[in-house]
Amino acid sequence: MKHKLKKVLLLGSGGLKIGQAGEFDYSGSQAIKALKEEKIEVVLMNPNIATVQTDQGLADTVYFLPLTEHFATQVIKKEKPDAILLSFGGQTALNLGLALEKSGTLRKFGVRVLGTPVSVIRDTEDRDLFVKRLHEIEVKTARSRAAKNTKEALAAAADIGYPVMMRAGFALGGEGSGMVKNTEELSAKLSEVFRSTPQVLIEENLSGWKEVEYEVVRDRADNCITVCNMENIDPMGIHTGESMVVAPSQTLSNEEYHRLREISIRTIRHLGIVGECNIQYALHPETADYRVIEVNARLSRSSALASKATGYPLAFVAAKLALGYTLPEIKNSVTGITTACFEPALDYLVLKMPRWDLGKFENAAQRIGTEMKSVGEVMAIGRSFEEVLQKALRMLNVGASGFSLPATMMDLRGPSCEKEVRIPTTRRIFAIAAAFRRRTSVEKIHKLSGIDRWFLEKMRNIVEFERHISKNRLNKQTMQAAKKLGFSDAQIAVIKKINEESVRALRKKLRILPVVKQIDTLAGEFPAQTNYLYLTYHGTEHDVIPGKKQVAVLGSGPYCIGSSVEFDWSCVQALKTLKACGKRTIMINSNPETVSTDYDMSDRLYFEELTLERILDIVEFEKPEGVVVSTGGQIPNNLALKLHKNKIKILGTNPEDIDRAEDRHVFSKLLDTLGVEQPAWTEVTSPSQAAAVAETIGYPVLVRPSYVLSGAAMKVAYDRKTLQNFLDRAAIMSPEHPVVISKFIENAREIEIDGVASRGTLAIYAITEHVENAGTHSGDATVVLPPQRTYLETIRRAKEITKAIIKALKITGPFNMQFIAKDNRLQVIECNVRASRSFPFVSKVTGHNFIDIATRAMLGKDVSGNYRTVELDCVAVKSPQFSYSRIKGADPRTGVEMASTGEVACFGDSYSEALLKSMMAAGFRLPRKNILVSIGGEESKVKLLETMKLLSNTKFKLFATEHTAEYLHESGLPCEKLYKISSKKAPNVSEALGRMDLIINIPTRAFAGETTDGSIIRRKAVDMNIPLITNRQLAEAFVTALAEQKGNGLKAKSWEEYRS
Amino acid sequence: MKLILKDGSVFEGQSFGAPKNVPGEVVFNTGMTGYVESLSDPSYAGQIVVLTYPLVGNYGVPSFAKASKGKPDKNFESSKIQIAGLVVSEYSENYSHHDAKHSLAEWLKASGVPAITGVDTRALTKKLREHGVMLGRLEHGRPTRSTMEFKDPNDENLVAKVSPRKKKTYGTGPIKIIALDCGMKENIVRSLIRPETTVTRVPWDYDFTSDKYDALVLSNGPGDPTQCGIPIGHIRAAMKDNKPILGVCLGNQLLALAAGASTYKLTYGHRSQNQPCIELKGGRPFDSAQGKCYITSQNHGFAVDGKTLPEGWEEWFVNANDGSNEGIRHKSKPWRSVQFHPEASPGPTDTAWIFDDFIRSLKKV
Repeated sequence: MKHKLKKVLLLGSGGLKIGQAGEFDYSGSQAIKALKEEKIEVVLMNPNIATVQTDQGLADTVYFLPLTEHFATQVIKKEKPDAILLSFGGQTALNLGLALEKSGTLRKFGVRVLGTPVSVIRDTEDRDLFVKRLHEIEVKTARSRAAKNTKEALAAAADIGYPVMMRAGFALGGEGSGMVKNTEELSAKLSEVFRSTPQVLIEENLSGWKEVEYEVVRDRADNCITVCNMENIDPMGIHTGESMVVAPSQTLSNEEYHRLREISIRTIRHLGIVGECNIQYALHPETADYRVIEVNARLSRSSALASKATGYPLAFVAAKLALGYTLPEIKNSVTGITTACFEPALDYLVLKMPRWDLGKFENAAQRIGTEMKSVGEVMAIGRSFEEVLQKALRMLNVGASGFSLPATMMDLRGPSCEKEVRIPTTRRIFAIAAAFRRRTSVEKIHKLSGIDRWFLEKMRNIVEFERHISKNRLNKQTMQAAKKLGFSDAQIAVIKKINEESVRALRKKLRILPVVKQIDTLAGEFPAQTNYLYLTYHGTEHDVIPGKKQVAVLGSGPYCIGSSVEFDWSCVQALKTLKACGKRTIMINSNPETVSTDYDMSDRLYFEELTLERILDIVEFEKPEGVVVSTGGQIPNNLALKLHKNKIKILGTNPEDIDRAEDRHVFSKLLDTLGVEQPAWTEVTSPSQAAAVAETIGYPVLVRPSYVLSGAAMKVAYDRKTLQNFLDRAAIMSPEHPVVISKFIENAREIEIDGVASRGTLAIYAITEHVENAGTHSGDATVVLPPQRTYLETIRRAKEITKAIIKALKITGPFNMQFIAKDNRLQVIECNVRASRSFPFVSKVTGHNFIDIATRAMLGKDVSGNYRTVELDCVAVKSPQFSYSRIKGADPRTGVEMASTGEVACFGDSYSEALLKSMMAAGFRLPRKNILVSIGGEESKVKLLETMKLLSNTKFKLFATEHTAEYLHESGLPCEKLYKISSKKAPNVSEALGRMDLIINIPTRAFAGETTDGSIIRRKAVDMNIPLITNRQLAEAFVTALAEQKGNGLKAKSWEEYRS
Repeated sequence: MKLILKDGSVFEGQSFGAPKNVPGEVVFNTGMTGYVESLSDPSYAGQIVVLTYPLVGNYGVPSFAKASKGKPDKNFESSKIQIAGLVVSEYSENYSHHDAKHSLAEWLKASGVPAITGVDTRALTKKLREHGVMLGRLEHGRPTRSTMEFKDPNDENLVAKVSPRKKKTYGTGPIKIIALDCGMKENIVRSLIRPETTVTRVPWDYDFTSDKYDALVLSNGPGDPTQCGIPIGHIRAAMKDNKPILGVCLGNQLLALAAGASTYKLTYGHRSQNQPCIELKGGRPFDSAQGKCYITSQNHGFAVDGKTLPEGWEEWFVNANDGSNEGIRHKSKPWRSVQFHPEASPGPTDTAWIFDDFIRSLKKV
């Protein structure tokens, strides 16, 4: 095949958000590799700085810019690419591509769309067109009508009959969708949805039908295959992103499997898709009738999962097909000898389990349904359903040791568990476990949940065997059977009331060990050089022999709030450096949305649990020279000491020193010895003790459990009442689970140092500054590099303190230090002896790869050098990416609990340029005219006065709520007064909201959790898709930047241009 | 319970079928669904089948009720389990499906077929891949003297064993098709029955040459095609009469042998639902770039040697993975055959058009 392409523009997916996560780093980087193999120059546009795809050495040119029509047009004008790829950056890239086509930009600059034509994408995105196209080939779709306004929607619902399903068109992950029971409910939802989408769909209700998906690949010569099918364990009514999913399907007969497969191929051919797509079905469990739900004409979360589940490199193949190759021309890169035109045969099964983090949001509804709320997922591989289910539950890292209740969910032990089986919440699988323990029948759980009996029988097997273990001696037979059912040593230990080590010792004495199996895409039919491995107890023979000169890297596990693509980036960098240093690499990870689990990233990939038991299994088999625990975030970090105690060599900082930083008492003493200040704190084990301590330290206080990553259950208490309230809810408080009460410092600034040390000596560091004051979680802060407001003296002091701590902890490898600066006082609030979330940011902004340096330091190489990291020629700003629109009910304001799901970063010649671009990259739109201001508290009003003046001096029209309006009028600033929503007086905020371009709402004090006029405005802003600022410092910075940038324009400069 | 291979290796597991000892040829199948169809496929006669997909029995087995007169069997590929024995990694005792009336174990026991679960089927498959198919035996209890021997099922005429004794007719259409049943899967019959056809299903050695018919279909079937001297003679006679012929699987081998080409035994055969086959246009040499590629269902241990095709014949399909022959056709006469199963069941239905094309071509006759 021939193509004449010289330069291709690839659109990325931007910051990670619910419904669009790390899977697009995987698909984008595979696409880049496929293009580079063809010697095509690749221009990548993606503001997600924590991705692998934006690394140096992948794309030729990278633009860290907002994925908007405006910036994309500028990039096209400047770069003049021959063609553009739209299907590798999720719905964001697809929508942007459609907009560029519609505006004529692509035609004007002669840019060809590769792969699926735009007209075909439209056919799949516009519901009416879609139904019409499928009707042409007699493929059934759900009875559905599109509506462009409330009247049409209500008419459609009346016609189809309640309950109906409402879906928002053009929305990733089914945003704004749900089942609606009657006219009132529908009218209420419609007004909200029509703010962010031009049309809705009213559909026939298919709740309870089986949900099945196929991943389909088609080339320009009309060869068409299905790479994988998947069955949702949760039936229709629960979004596929919220469902437990198995591949291949388990309860479909041959006839059903192949009937749906045939329809998939017929549909995709008829539509004319070139490349990869996903087709979703509802299949009636009794009549076997079906409906096509939707077709996604692009790489998706499901396709990333399918790719990891089968070993078939879907994104790579899709990119080659977009260039014009045909399937038979592409080799199966797993076997190296067979063709890519085949359908993988699995000799194992996989289970995907979603990971939620709704606990981070006050007032967030815990129910799951047709809208996606999960923030990450895990994938377990095994050879029985029980095995993969229990593996997956451990992989989630929510405290479950298998199909049994985590300590935090003991409330499910009562009869209430059946309610959560019927009305699904994020804990439904555990509610089922609890129900089986109460001897609820399979039939009853089936009736309550709609989950197929087959899956439920398997779940019951686990619970029954648990009873067997508790009643019988732990002999060889019982142990063997338990391991085949996926029980962990820790789980068995709990049942037998002994410790985990003795179970492991006994098991090894009985010679019951897991075997290593390969994933080879052909179920063993052809010899394959595959490095893709998993462990199972359903086997007698290893597929591989232990490797030589190996180093293992522990991955980050599921994405959740606080641990995301940045740790995957760090792991990938570590793998690259290890390889460059002549080591063979082993990657261990459980997250299918990652690049680190790609087939070509490591010499051996174990798609496995990040638990002590499993890592010991792997390490005892492979005997690597060392294990890297410092690049995968908190999960591997927490394993360091345990592995060390099991005589496993950990590279870098000695795990006992890591523990000295993790253990609050030890670390605090260390700081005292070094003469370094820290906020006052005390560990308490009872509510009365907590109250006493809080009085002593003085309110406000910060309340939190030890060993936290992202502020799980963290809270600021301003008085005794809030403190008690919170402690009552945070249930677990005991001598084993103490709670830390520390002084919450107000009006202080936060700075961070990310760096690398070698044998206790600082090698490189970068200092970043938060725009928001302390009180905003560092993961939710807007971060600037180089610092703009921090005094040189403060920087010097921070560096001195850092050096002292590094020396004391004898750090070798990456570290992160967080400080609070107030009135010339510098206090240490955190020290992480591992890579932090800002490592990709500081690496890409300074031009020095911190993980590369850290990895070489861990290998004992000399990493000293003269690295320039403070005086830079440009400014970069990193902004949090929030997903509040997905978390119904949550108050969209930042606090000590982290709430963002991702981040973006942009460069600028000035701070203001970088800040505006960065905020826009996170979805912020610059205001045109109307701005609503609502400032709580006297202090904030006074401090923001200058900012308000700036705003009113420019073209903007100010609106303000009662007190704010009065204050502004007194200060001589013109503004229109609006009455609070609760007052019902006119002119009212609720009527005016629709006209606002920006809402600045500064709450009086840190998060209290109750519903107020402020929280209603904030929530409405999110639901109505109006840009919102809730932090005073960010409001100041934003308005100042807006004023400064007036007329200057935001430049579309590449990363390279900023670096040179 | 044990599976013992001729090379001496032993795989232990638990019995879930009939309590019997059987010898057989051990082969593996990589399909992920379709055990009901595979187990009742007569081409598996004499074979101990290893399923590489670990979970088997999930959706149970449909009702055993016989098809009404004049109709092919509805739920199965023949009236009974044809395999000699079954080997799986994990038999799923519980099953769930609206069509299911029995568990797989019940079916196996009722059919007197032994089965073993708990075997490392991947290790076993790799062994078979490296050594080629092997003789083996399933031993339920203590081996009895009579089953101590390994027995190559291909030494006997398996086709004669699975072929029906009597002929049967379906439909009343004007186009009369003789379907030579060498162990024909029911879905071939189902695929041929249309308003315009009358399908007469005849035993493997039935001499149809003096019957009145418009076309001949050669079915799939078990074992070594060179054992089928009698039908090959009949096929040659049909060719002399210029009768349109379509062969499937064993039918491909029989047509090739009738044409004068030769067959050979594959090391471990093709038994799966994901075999890519490239359709060759105008007999052009294998070029993956231009050919259309189909995903096919397969079950065969023997193959046609494409290089031995005589003048006038060409390869129709070849396997995209190993280049082996997947179909032949005559350049000018209405004779063609495929090595894979266009009737699927189990497996993908991508090549069902082969039946449509064949029957359409008969309308023009």
